[in-house]
Order: sequence, then C-alpha cells, then structure tokens
Amino acid sequence: MPSETLKEQVIRISGVNPLKCMRCGKCSGSCPSYEDMEYHPHQFAYMVEKGEIEKLMNSDSIYKCLTCFACVERCPRNVEPAKLVEAVRLVKIRQQGANHLKAESIPEKLDAELPQQAIVSAFRKYSK
Amino acid sequence: MQRIGVFVCHCGTNIAGTVDVKAVAEALKNEQGVVFSTEYQYMCSEAGQSIIKNAIKEHKLTGVVVCSCSPRMHEATFRKTASSAGLNPYMVEIANIREQCSWIHKDMEKATEKAIILGRAAIAKVHLNAPLTAGESPVVKRALVIGGGIAGIQTALDIADAGFEVDIVEKKPTIGGKMTQLDKTFPTLDCAACILTPKMVDCAQNEKIKIYSYSEVESVSGFVGNFSVKIRKKARYVDETKCTGCGLCTEKCPMKKVPNEFNLGMNNRSAIYIPFAQAVPKIATIDPDHCNMLKNGKCGVCAKICTAGAINYKQEDEIVEEKYGAIIAATGYNPINLDKYDEFAYSQSKDVITSLEFERLTNAAGPTSGKLLRPSDGVHPHTIVFVQCVGSRCGAEDSKGGKSYCSKICCMYTAKHAMLTREKYPDTDVYVFYIDVRTPGKNFDEFYRRAAEEYGVHYIKGMVGKVMPQADGKLLVQGSDLIAGEQLKINADLVVLAAAIEPDKSARPLATMLTASMDTNDFFTEAHPKLRPVESPTAGIFLSGACQGPKDIPETVSQASAAAAKAIGLLCKDKLTCNPCVAHSDEMMCNGCSQCEKVCPYGAISYEDKEFRMPNRTTAIRRVAKVNPAVCQGCGACTVTCPSGAMDLNGFSNRQIMAEVDAICR
Amino acid sequence: MQINNEFKPKIVAFCCNWCSYAGADLAGTNRLNYPADVKIIRVPCSCRVNPMFILRAFQRGADGVIICGCHPGDCHYTSGNYYARRRITLLFSMLDYLGIERERTRLEWVSAAEGAKFSATMNEFAETIIKLGENKRLEDLRCKAE
Repeated sequence: MPSETLKEQVIRISGVNPLKCMRCGKCSGSCPSYEDMEYHPHQFAYMVEKGEIEKLMNSDSIYKCLTCFACVERCPRNVEPAKLVEAVRLVKIRQQGANHLKAESIPEKLDAELPQQAIVSAFRKYSK
Repeated sequence: MQRIGVFVCHCGTNIAGTVDVKAVAEALKNEQGVVFSTEYQYMCSEAGQSIIKNAIKEHKLTGVVVCSCSPRMHEATFRKTASSAGLNPYMVEIANIREQCSWIHKDMEKATEKAIILGRAAIAKVHLNAPLTAGESPVVKRALVIGGGIAGIQTALDIADAGFEVDIVEKKPTIGGKMTQLDKTFPTLDCAACILTPKMVDCAQNEKIKIYSYSEVESVSGFVGNFSVKIRKKARYVDETKCTGCGLCTEKCPMKKVPNEFNLGMNNRSAIYIPFAQAVPKIATIDPDHCNMLKNGKCGVCAKICTAGAINYKQEDEIVEEKYGAIIAATGYNPINLDKYDEFAYSQSKDVITSLEFERLTNAAGPTSGKLLRPSDGVHPHTIVFVQCVGSRCGAEDSKGGKSYCSKICCMYTAKHAMLTREKYPDTDVYVFYIDVRTPGKNFDEFYRRAAEEYGVHYIKGMVGKVMPQADGKLLVQGSDLIAGEQLKINADLVVLAAAIEPDKSARPLATMLTASMDTNDFFTEAHPKLRPVESPTAGIFLSGACQGPKDIPETVSQASAAAAKAIGLLCKDKLTCNPCVAHSDEMMCNGCSQCEKVCPYGAISYEDKEFRMPNRTTAIRRVAKVNPAVCQGCGACTVTCPSGAMDLNGFSNRQIMAEVDAICR
Repeated sequence: MQINNEFKPKIVAFCCNWCSYAGADLAGTNRLNYPADVKIIRVPCSCRVNPMFILRAFQRGADGVIICGCHPGDCHYTSGNYYARRRITLLFSMLDYLGIERERTRLEWVSAAEGAKFSATMNEFAETIIKLGENKRLEDLRCKAE
C-alpha cells in the first residue's frame, strides 16, 4: 500500500485507536523501562495521533520497550500503548527490509530455561 | 355512516402559495361521507374556529378533518373547538398539508395532488374514529421514599411540609445514609453530622413522616396515584416500641468482635448494636449472623440486662402493605470494590485505603477518634499520596469493574482531604495525582486553588502506575508527572484511593419492581435528560439523589427538593385524567398467551380469569388480558405482538391505519 | 402508476409521533425538498407498525415502504424501536422469500432534530424506488379494479 501514510500503517498494524487516550499517564507511571526510553508510552499514543512517526522510528525507545504489557494491562481506556511501540518497530523493520532475528538462527540460541513467552516476544520484536 | 366536514386552511400563503386550496376542498367534497367542505384563510383563528363550530351544529357533523399544519401544532386547538361545539374531541383528524406538503414542494400541481391524497387518508381514518373519553383515576395522598440518605430525608421533609403523609423505607437500622459517615463537607467545611443530624431528628419528630428502618421494599404493584407496596420489616430482635436506646446492651454484649460496617470494618462492634450515637431511630438491633443466642442459644445477656424488656429473640420478619400515590427512589450510591486493582495494592496493604475510609479516620467519632493514624501500625503518616479517578473514566470494555463515567465528587473531596490534612498536620507532605481537576460548582474551583496555593498541596498531573509495599512498611508509589516529563517514585506512608462510585446494588431489583428504566450503569433513567430530570419515564415514580447519577450534597439536596415538588404536584390532584389513546384487548379473541405483558414497557397489562358463556348453557373460565388505562401510554407494542389480533390501540387502530394505507395507495 | 410514461412511485412512510414525524415537520419548516410521492402516516411509535400494514401497502400497489423511528435508546416509550427493529428484520427475510426486492422496504432512525436527514433519506429512497420500477409482484390486481 504505497499511498498509506506512516501513521495509517502504525494504526492498521497495531489496531490501536490513539484517540481513545485521555492523557492520564498511567502507562508511563507503570513503565519499568521509563528511564531508558527517550519517548515514553504516553508519548507514543500522543505522537502517533499527531503523525510524528519518524521521530519515534529513529529513537532507541522502540528497542527499549520490554513488551511487558504493564501499560496495556493498566490503561483505564484500553489504548494499549505497547502495541503502538511494537507497530512502530515493525514499520521500521519493514522499511529496512532486514530482520534482526532470523527464524533459522533460533534453535541454536535456544536455552531450555528460556520462557516460551520471551522467545515469542523476541521474535516479534526483532523480525517481521 | 359518519357525516364528515372538511376544513382546508390557507395559512395565509404558507399553504395557499403552493397548494390550490379551493381545488382540494372541491375534490374532498366528493369523498364518501363528506357532507361539508370549505376553505378559509386561518382555520386556527377565532373566525376559523367558529366556521368549524357552526358547521358541526348546522350539518350535524360526526367527524371533522382539518387540512392544515402539523397535528403537533394545532391538534389540541381543533379538538377543543370540536369539544365546545358538542363533538367528541377525538373525532377530529388533521391532514398535515403544510410541513409535509406545501413547504417542501414547489410544483403547484404535484402539491395539490398530494394534499388531496393526505386529505383522503384523514377522511378514511375519521370514518373509523370512535368517540373516546379520558378516564379518571383517584390519587392516594401518601408518598413513599425508598432510601433514607440525605436525598430521601430532604424529599420526605419537603413532602411532609406540604401537608402530605410520607413514609421512608431504609434498609439499614438508621436513616442518614452515606452522609453520616463523612467528616467535613466541601466547600464550606462544616461538619456533616452538625448539618445532617438535625434533619434526621426532624424526620423522626414530624408526625407526617413514618420511618421504616431496617426494612426493604418487597413488591410493588399498581400504578400512578395508586401504588400498593409490600414492605418487609426485617426482624431486629428488639421491640421498637420498648427500646429506649440506652445502649446498655451494646456495652454488656460479650460478642464484641464484629467488624463495624459504619467504620468500614476499621474497628469492631458488638453483636447487638446501635450504628452510631445520633442514629434515628435510636434503637438497638441484633446482628443474627454474630449473636450467640440466635446462633446456638447460649447467651441471653442483653435480655437479662434490658430494663425495658425490649429484647425478643423470637421476633420474625413482618410484611406491611401500604398504598401510595407517588414513589420516590433515593437509593444512593456506594464506592466500587477495588479488589481487582492489584496495581494499587489495596488488598495487600492496610495502609492503602479508600477516601471513605479516610473520612472515618479523620472523623472525631471514627475508629481513631479523629487522629490521622496509619491503620497498620497506628503511627502518624508523614507522606500521603492521593490517587484520583480510580475506576472512574475507564474504557467501556474495562475488565476490572471500572466505570466509564466521571464520579464527579472525587476532585472536591480529595482537595478537602488534602487541605484538612495540611491544616491539622503541617509536617505532612501531601501529593495528589490527578488526570484533570474538575471543579465546576459554586466556590469549588476557589476551594481547590486554596488547597494548592494556601495549604501547599502538591498537585501532580499524571497517574500512579503502581504501589509497592516495602519491607519497612512504607509504600513505594510509582507514577508519572506528565508536566515535568518524569517518572516519580514517592516513599509514602499512606495511599488514599478516590474510588469510583456506583449505584447501590438494591437499585436494579427495585427498578424491575417499579418498571422504571435504568441505564447500563444501573443509574435510574430520567424521563428527559434536560427537561424532566427528576421524573422516571414511568408515571408516578420520581428520582432523588445519586440513584440517578453521581452527585455531591448540594446537588443531591436540590434534586431531592425538585423530586418532592414533582411528587407534591401529583399528590395535590384529586383525580388523574388519562390519555384515552390506550390499548384495549378484545376478550373474545384473547387467548391469554402473555405475549403482550412481556413487551409492555410500563407493566400496564395484567391477566384475569373471566367466565364466558359457551354454547349449550355451559360456561368456561378463560384467562384474558386486561389493560390498565391509567398506566398504558399508548405505544402500541402489544398490538403488534398479539398473535390473535385481540389487542388494538384507541385512536390508532389496525383498521384506521389500514384505511389510511388504502387511501394513500388508491 | 404510469402517467404519460413517467413513473410516479407510491411511497408510504410510517413515522413515529415523537421523533421521525417531528423530524419530517422540521424538514418542512426548513423547506428541505423531497418528492411528493412520499406520503406520511403518523403512528405513536415505530413498534405500532404491524408488518401487516406493510404487506397491505404492497398489496394495494405501493412501490416502497419506509418505517422511521427514534434512534436506538431514544424511544419515547423506552424500548419500542427495538421491537420494531426485530419485527422489521424478520419481515425483511419474509419479503426476500416472496421475491420482493430488498430495497423496497427500509427502516431508518430519524430524530426530531434531523430534518435534513429526513429529507435526504426520502430523496434517496424515492430514487431507489424509481430505479426499481413498479411493484408488480405483490400488487393485488383485484384491488386495482375500480
């Protein structure tokens, strides 16, 4: 979809409606990696709404999100900021056309102690 | 055969400009049953009306069709005209040839043709009109107020003041409601008990008011002006007429480990108890779940020491039946349950409390005698964090039981708590996390600003994400400060949550009994959100206080008085005239299937067993539907549901509407 | 009805007294045009519309029938329009079964403040009916023999 703007892409991929956000900041109040992030969960909702996707894509914040979903769990209005972070990350990866993680390389990296959820989330995070 | 007169109005040029009114009058003259047809400049004028009156008398008209503006405009006018000429007002039909014809069409030919067809439809309908008489029903001059909080108290006092008898049903042992638990009231900071208890005493002493405390509404039947209500007086095992309220029994009762609901479980009471010193009525009540005598027959201390001999372990629930003309719902609110909000550690730490619990902690009659002490260790807290909007303003699909509405009172009481804390204990740091501060009320915003400016309360725009109880007994509060763009971590001693409020659980079953409608949040719905805010759509039911929506005390009291005024307006009438355009059922066709009863939004339909003559001199008893014309509002839902076609609607009968359809499609 | 080879449809509109009829009045007050082929019948509530009335209209040669009520949740009688919605939905499937074009019957919510919506709906509905042409399938010819 060449005519689709970055904002539309992020909204489509994430399925999140940033207009639902009432700017309470509970997401950023919950975020465990707040200090490491340049843009914080509530800013993702606000900046996606404003269409400032490129700023987010060029920020390290998208890799600092732990995908712990605390913001998703606690948001009173079910905005689901973590899904926005993930969508921005996906848009970035798709533009670069380079996965950070390839499916073939996973078995050798597997650790019996590694929780299944971590594998899945890492795979979601660093590949398409 | 009807003798119909047709009157076509020019409405100046409003109609005559695009409709050839003479042609319309001429064409309708030839319709079946029409004996007179004319047109005039302004039918609604004095002169126009006398044309109609004269024609009714002169031509012995039995039906009138006025081709004019919308019936919403002048139907009532022309009905009165007919009535004054001796014709039943319901023999008048209006053909709307202004709003629905002349004003929207430009082509004279087409508009005239349409006007003729609309006139024909009205004539076809009038042929089948029947004279209707508005019924009357008597009004019982007594009101019932359900709920004895400040809303119910105010409503009852106002109704009694107007000279009508009024009963209050309160499920708790005392009236007073939530307001008795409050410490000070915003924005003037007068103490709740000082302004409420005199009103409670007024209720008890007013001879027009009867209080059914520790009682619940069991069932409601009847209709506006004539409700019949069964009230269950729960057994309190104490004779109300003998108990003097001396309180000796509550001192001597050996079972003293019952969580005290008045103090929200923060201290204990005895099994026989009086909720608080100023209770009205001041009568002891035995809690059957904790009384040793009632549970296993081993005790009886209270009966031995009661000098009045009021204790009666054999008392049973009693059902009282009373008649009322009006019912006022004043069932109030409760804070929501916060157990699912794990992030605030409400169920993990004793030092995370709700605002209502905070009220009790600062109340002189509370568990700490008004000293602000931490519930866990009784130490004075030095850092207090208030969190607003806990469970309010949530998304519609919230899984934790949050509410989508704003609870309205939290911003103000939090400002009050913060201010009072800083005033009494200046060594305390007070933080308030807010999303928006909403203070639209007289002197409300000034009050909030005073808390911030004069008392140095730290207002932080943002929300608390997590409260973590620490090993040293402190609470680590992690939240965002959106204006500074920081994540804050505050080591607090006490966290106070402004829990959302929700309607009392008793409201929904009550609404079913009253056939009053509710919204998805279980608040009672008003008849019109703007113009009839204290009436339920169900006639004779009025709404007072927070059962209709979140409200603070000033607003509750004004609404309570408004509901009282509306109820008094009803009770003043000796008789009610009913709309005669109501449903009625044909007993010969009805088979008693109960379909109609299910769709009726007003509970107007009941069933009776009636004896019918059958062939060969036998009789049979059949169950048939009966519509109460005083309750029926004439929507017609039942007429379509009825499988046997027994139900029909006066003024909009099946045959009338079909005749209109036929006339239009001719 | 064919007059001078110009098709003039007969359209019956059932409007509830509290919302849609008032909406139609508002369309008039604001002089918002819609075809003269639309004739309105006032009913107390959309739930008063018996599916029988609609069939009767088709039988008598109506080319289109539209039912207008208050918006869901706004019914003057609290729940009437919900009943109407269910009944008319069932009627739709029956009309489908009879082979009547689905577009000939319609259910619309028009509030007392929506004069513009009323006129737009009627314009659009009349256009649809003109495209569909005469209703021949359900018309009872015996009713025509006058």
